[in-house]
Amino acid sequence: MSKEKFITLKSTAVPLPIENIDTDQIIPARFLKATTREGFGENLFCDWRYNNDGSPKADFVMNNPKYSGKILVAGKNFGCGSSREHAAWSIYDAHFRVVISSFFADIFKNNALNNALLPITVSEDFLKKIFDAIEKNPKTEITVDLQNQKVSLEDGSSEGFDINAYKKICLTNGYDDIDYLISLNSEIRQFDLAHS
Amino acid sequence: MSQTPKTLFDKIWDAHVVKRAEGYPDALFIDRHFIHEVTSPQAFDGLRKRGIKVFNPARTTATPDHNVPTKDQHLPIKEALSRHQVETLSKNCKEFGVTLYELGHPFQGIVHIIGPELGLTQPGMTIVCGDSHTSTHGAFGNIAFGIGTSEVEQVLGTQCILQYKPKRMKIEINGKLSKGVVSKDIILYIISKISASGATGYFVEYAGDTIRNLSMEARMTVCNMSIEMGARGGLIAPDQTTFDYIKGRKFAPQGEAFDKAVEKWKELKTDEGAEYDLVLTYDAADIAPMITYGTNPGMGIKVTDRIPTLAELKDISEQTSFSKSLEYMGLEPGSQLLGKQVDYVFIGSCTNARIEDLRLVAEMVKGKKKAANVEVWVIPGSRQVEDQARKEGLDKIFEEAGFELRQPGCSACLGMNEDKIPAGKYCISTSNRNFEGRQGPKSRTFLASPLSAAAAAITGKVTDVRTF
Repeated sequence: MSKEKFITLKSTAVPLPIENIDTDQIIPARFLKATTREGFGENLFCDWRYNNDGSPKADFVMNNPKYSGKILVAGKNFGCGSSREHAAWSIYDAHFRVVISSFFADIFKNNALNNALLPITVSEDFLKKIFDAIEKNPKTEITVDLQNQKVSLEDGSSEGFDINAYKKICLTNGYDDIDYLISLNSEIRQFDLAHS
Repeated sequence: MSQTPKTLFDKIWDAHVVKRAEGYPDALFIDRHFIHEVTSPQAFDGLRKRGIKVFNPARTTATPDHNVPTKDQHLPIKEALSRHQVETLSKNCKEFGVTLYELGHPFQGIVHIIGPELGLTQPGMTIVCGDSHTSTHGAFGNIAFGIGTSEVEQVLGTQCILQYKPKRMKIEINGKLSKGVVSKDIILYIISKISASGATGYFVEYAGDTIRNLSMEARMTVCNMSIEMGARGGLIAPDQTTFDYIKGRKFAPQGEAFDKAVEKWKELKTDEGAEYDLVLTYDAADIAPMITYGTNPGMGIKVTDRIPTLAELKDISEQTSFSKSLEYMGLEPGSQLLGKQVDYVFIGSCTNARIEDLRLVAEMVKGKKKAANVEVWVIPGSRQVEDQARKEGLDKIFEEAGFELRQPGCSACLGMNEDKIPAGKYCISTSNRNFEGRQGPKSRTFLASPLSAAAAAITGKVTDVRTF
């Protein structure tokens, strides 16, 4: 099934300079009871974002009107813990299209890429630079150029990022993995028979 | 033919590649697929939208575990959304022809407990499940890892998954474990050394004589928590202990077929001289009963140690997260956990809810009573574990101790079902994650072994099992 195509993005960003943000923080387990992929965005970072009575916590970055945008910037080891794809769905559903960190957990990274959410790994130094730039000016815009695999800040500084060539094709064209696997059907069938 | 020595991981992986094409990830064939109610509904929906069937239903097994109540399982699930999710699993399995062990079935239980127990988990296989603790199955010498829901859909629809091969790490542990130290302490110790992200990008092989001397149950505990240091999975080469465990189990090869299988399984080991991308070696004598103090499984200490101070952190960038974590836990840097009062004791989860875990606990608390300040929940990992525990009279021991033996499920490991630790309360838990809110909103978790949890249940506080 085709997904949204990703080419370039220029946006302000929401900073979350915390390390080891696990998927239980991104979307707590009690919200995983839905049987569809939509609607998880309102509970993104729920326990950090809302008080017990459901009112927004003033000190959480997503509730601060200074910050907005389609890019989430987070500390290292983002997305560790549970394999729940709901974490990627909730970030996407909350209108983010890119997450920048200095390190991603494996399963989260795969899940994000399977959902048109681009995880970008930058150096620790460049991550700090991004956080500093946002702190100085929350309206600063970050440019993500997937074609040239480059993240740039308004001061002209930039850093390249790695992305797997296959995943890049999928993202820029809106393809998903299953289309490719279905094309291997007869080979898989043979393999299955030989290994039963 | 190339004579390059290979790791066990490489051998199994390479034997399952259906197609390796330049520029593409490997199309990896999956022998065994486990599903549960939480991460599968959207995958079945995807199949419907594409108009495709389950590729080979015989390779998938389903059971509800995350959402199920651990009391009164014969009654309908009270919580509407949980009930809907469990019912959706039943509906999907029926529609697509997948075997389901539903609530009340004698084979129902936590998915990672029932797979091995039923002999569905075997050496040399590739195994996936939409759950990060799928790494548990690696204890049998197979490649087992957790996947997301889009990948569950891939496996249901094509019996394959597109994956890049992770790097290979060997963790070798040699020597004799001290008194009071069990496999949970081994893995908590390793994670405390290399951090919650120390093995990201790797698949781990555990080796060394300490690992060899562990039972299958204990090996599963080690492999189970591989993901807690970021590893895709962890495996242990099969040996006689493995074969003895599998023999006679429901879906294991039987009779002559079993003997033939064992001959094949015996070849499943890393070749002499095979290269790993990273090798770590530990001495079992250095491992003590462990406990976590923070909000990721890497924040662990020996039970008699102090919590580090800010100045003692290796990396200055960790200070903010560290302070936030201790504030959440209501603990002071530099303080001791030993003697800290706890409110709940949770013995359960895919990490430590097998019969051997329950036996360890029962042996320790036999004839004793729980402390007045604690509530103690013992949640068997499966119906079979529960039945066995009753058969052995462990239920009586728990009852006399004031422990509550409930019905199988994921329970308070993840705060998704009715079993939750209340806000602000401390729980010493045999589960795998101490994340903020993991066991319920604002709950505070100390991860430890079943022995340490049992000791805390009796004393009401964090206790060194060696002096218990």
